[in-house]
Amino acid sequence: MASDVLLSQAKTISGQASELLESSKSLENAITSMGSDAVGHGAVEPLYFGLTVLILACFVGYYVVWRVTPALHSPLMGVTNAISSVIIVGALIAAGPSEFGFAQIMGFIGVILASINIFGGFIVTQRMLAMFKRKGK
Amino acid sequence: MGASFSAYLYLIAAVMFIMALRGLSSPETARSGNFYGMGGMAIAILTTISLPEVNSYGLIIAGIVIGGGIGGFIAMRIQMTALPQLVAAFHSLVGLAACTVAMAAFYNPTPYGIGVPGNIAMGSLIEMSLGLAIGAITFTGSIIAFGKLQGLITGKPVTFPGQHILNAALGILLIALVAWMATTNSIVAFWLVFAIALIAGVLIIIPIGGADMPVVISMLNSYSGWAAAGIGFTLGNPLLIITGSLVGASGAILSYIMCKGMNRSFFSVILGGFGGEAATGTAADNGDKVVKKGSADDASFIMGNASSVIIVPGYGMAVAQAQHALREMTDMLKAEGVNVRYAIHPVAGRMPGHMNVLLAEANVPYDEVLELDEINRDFAQTDVAFVIGANDVTNPLAKTDPTSAIYGMPILDVERAKTVLFVKRSMASGYAGVDNPLFFNDNTMMLFGDAKKVCEDIIKTMSGGH
Repeated sequence: MASDVLLSQAKTISGQASELLESSKSLENAITSMGSDAVGHGAVEPLYFGLTVLILACFVGYYVVWRVTPALHSPLMGVTNAISSVIIVGALIAAGPSEFGFAQIMGFIGVILASINIFGGFIVTQRMLAMFKRKGK
Repeated sequence: MGASFSAYLYLIAAVMFIMALRGLSSPETARSGNFYGMGGMAIAILTTISLPEVNSYGLIIAGIVIGGGIGGFIAMRIQMTALPQLVAAFHSLVGLAACTVAMAAFYNPTPYGIGVPGNIAMGSLIEMSLGLAIGAITFTGSIIAFGKLQGLITGKPVTFPGQHILNAALGILLIALVAWMATTNSIVAFWLVFAIALIAGVLIIIPIGGADMPVVISMLNSYSGWAAAGIGFTLGNPLLIITGSLVGASGAILSYIMCKGMNRSFFSVILGGFGGEAATGTAADNGDKVVKKGSADDASFIMGNASSVIIVPGYGMAVAQAQHALREMTDMLKAEGVNVRYAIHPVAGRMPGHMNVLLAEANVPYDEVLELDEINRDFAQTDVAFVIGANDVTNPLAKTDPTSAIYGMPILDVERAKTVLFVKRSMASGYAGVDNPLFFNDNTMMLFGDAKKVCEDIIKTMSGGH
């Protein structure tokens, strides 16, 4: 009799043990998936992401700029000067908030400086390029 | 507008900037390339303005109108000879703009999502301080370059004992300050980084002489790009990183091309001191030789009877504003059936491609203007090489005298032409401070005088004689 009780108790315990195993497995899965989520999306180092962009863009720049004909190196400087003023994006965000403060003043100055460059750079480049003509034109 | 939607628009802007540079591979596509650039910039600005955290539209429009007005006014009025100064001035503004953005981000990081004032992530602080330092160096360095080009400060290299040690010390100090700022969020450290970088910018450019200006301009071009990229890291904005890298790479390549055009290592340019120093050694032994002086009559006779002429313009032509008179002269030669072409040395002028722009301004067709590699072999089959305002780039000592300051520099082989006509103000040596033995050759004739005046005199005699 006692052995029957013991047996049934052992069965229950083993059942519980396997349940425990199941749930620990699913817990493990959940943890793994959480971990991989964290690695795959949220917690990618922004620095890694930025460096990837930087290095790839340097390669693009390298190949594109070597193809620029030497005769147009001055307009190249004009254009690069104008587009490097894309820094205006940062200045606009600084000048953007409605509350008034030091940061906003800096942003406003930044917007003015970058705008001088954007308009100046593109216009002077356009002037240069307009002068390059072929024979007989 | 959603954050991801604006990110896509930024990406389009970045691609358009690449297209703008791509267009410059030939003069035909360059103009449309410039419009790509403008379009990309318009997209970038409008996208940013429509971000939810940007609300003060009045202030922003005022800033763009003020800046755009100033920039547009200057760009419309500037003379093409003054292009190098203009570009230097523009570079300084990019540098200063990078500084203002770094300051804004440091004092009010909330709109950029990188923390709260006094508690910004260390990575962001490092990126910010790099953007700030490079921006400040670009700012003051470009101002010095502008001053040298404009003649406000001496074009000679300014050197003093212990200069390199001082620069190295400043560099180390700068790194230490960045580390201090990044670990403690210190406001004092932030401003010290700014101040030291401003000083460093002055000290980096001041020892570099006038002859190296094309390298300096390209280098500052590159810096302004890296400053933008540094700010791009702070803001986590790929458009800024991409554009900054494009500009940085472009400036670096131009610096490399300019250094190669002078056979100088980038490092020796940075260390400075080249040009303007009294030439030693080679100067003495020309005392007994005489040069052959020619008149406008001689020049017009020689060129009028030639079948081919190659014009070699240099910065002296730009200074004398002689490009229009020169083109008029070559038009008359062409009317006589003379084959006229132009040969441009990579470092002619004071910025990359400067001569090409000046000749284009004078309506010289760009297919008559050739680079050193394209035309150098043709000098041997040419009747007349007409050197106007150039000197060092024709100096054969670069090939023959290993002790010369310009030894190894690629030069235009004008001495192979049957006759060399040298338009020059005086017998003074060029930027590099090296005498040119070409002046004393039998087949060289010197035309002394202002470049523009000489061309006009030749035009006069040519139109009088026919």
